[in-house]
Amino acid sequence: MSEERTNTNQLINQSTIYQILENVTDPEIPVISVTDLGIVRDVLITDDFVEVIITPTYSGCPAMLEIEKDIHNALKKEGIDHFKITTVLSPAWTTEWMTEEGKQKLKAYGIAPPNPTNPEDIECPQCGSKNTQLLSEFGSTACKSLFKCNDCLEPFDYFKCH
Amino acid sequence: MKDQNLYNYVLQHADSSLILGQRLAEWCGHGPILEQDIAMSNISLDLIGQCRMWYQYAAEIQDEGKSEDEIVAFRDAWDYRNVQLVEQPNGDFAQTIFRQFLFDTYSVHFYEMLINSKDERLAAIAGKSHKEALYHVKWSGDWVIRLGDGTEESHDRMKAAIDELWSYSGELTKPNETETKAFEEGYGVNLAALKEKRDAKIREILTEATLEVPESTYTHEGGKDGRHTEHLGYILSDLQFLQRAYPGQEW
Repeated sequence: MSEERTNTNQLINQSTIYQILENVTDPEIPVISVTDLGIVRDVLITDDFVEVIITPTYSGCPAMLEIEKDIHNALKKEGIDHFKITTVLSPAWTTEWMTEEGKQKLKAYGIAPPNPTNPEDIECPQCGSKNTQLLSEFGSTACKSLFKCNDCLEPFDYFKCH
Repeated sequence: MKDQNLYNYVLQHADSSLILGQRLAEWCGHGPILEQDIAMSNISLDLIGQCRMWYQYAAEIQDEGKSEDEIVAFRDAWDYRNVQLVEQPNGDFAQTIFRQFLFDTYSVHFYEMLINSKDERLAAIAGKSHKEALYHVKWSGDWVIRLGDGTEESHDRMKAAIDELWSYSGELTKPNETETKAFEEGYGVNLAALKEKRDAKIREILTEATLEVPESTYTHEGGKDGRHTEHLGYILSDLQFLQRAYPGQEW
């Protein structure tokens, strides 16, 4: 058994770890993965030891603990036993690290993705109208604020620029 | 203990964030409207998240094998080093807003300046927290304006809140020995420079809110050295109960 594990471990490289992480999703927004969010800052491999470096989104985000557990379980499930997950604070996470793919997934899910180029110009994820209005700076989770579309009249979440 | 002054400095900021976070959490489920209930819970969570970064660092500096939870739960009021402002009761919504505004105008500049600390860990905590403080001060500042420049009643309530809390404002920017030493050693913030920025911001917002900036410069002080108002004991009895009854719990 242990020999088998050593064999598997010899095949470990960064891309296999990233593939595993691509399937670990945010517990609050299950369509988007930790790699889409830009939480995973680096994967370091020395011999058969893996270090996954992550950074918190918001300092009080309760999902961070879950995310760490989920990464732990996903790695274990793929037979990776020698690893640690390190949290770094600096540089501070920014929504600029979110991938284009991640933004598209958010939109399809009904959450307007962060728009750093023009934070006033928020597009309704339901009907695409730009005639929208801020209802509250703070939303259902730390990362979101609440908007309303003045055309289709639907309320929606906006993933804040951070 | 590696560095007693650094430990005290870290603890002061940890305690202020924790106690204000706990105070704001008292609003959860009682906010005047749903959106503001959510806003206060969000800000409370940010503050509690921030204080954890501080406490984790405090535990490492202390180096006695104590966890962040033990530092929070097993100190009594006289060992808490938060400013007296944050332990003041919520009062009505105006009073909560003004307390928050006095704290946010301090913390947004504090973190902005602490990013240049020569202590890398403090700089990292500051970088993370500054982004959040920007949201907070926007929220509390907007509400000061909205209530001050609102109806007769909301204006009067803001005025009453200022009367109640103004004398707790100055402690934030008046350095104690710990802060003076921290600044001299290059890891702390220059509170004289911070005070200028903060005073300007307070003046700008209160003017827009059609409210007067009080002339009095008297301030209550001593919280940062462990002298507190009667309110802190009641907060701690709530906050620490679980850990004292069932030691070993984690956040």
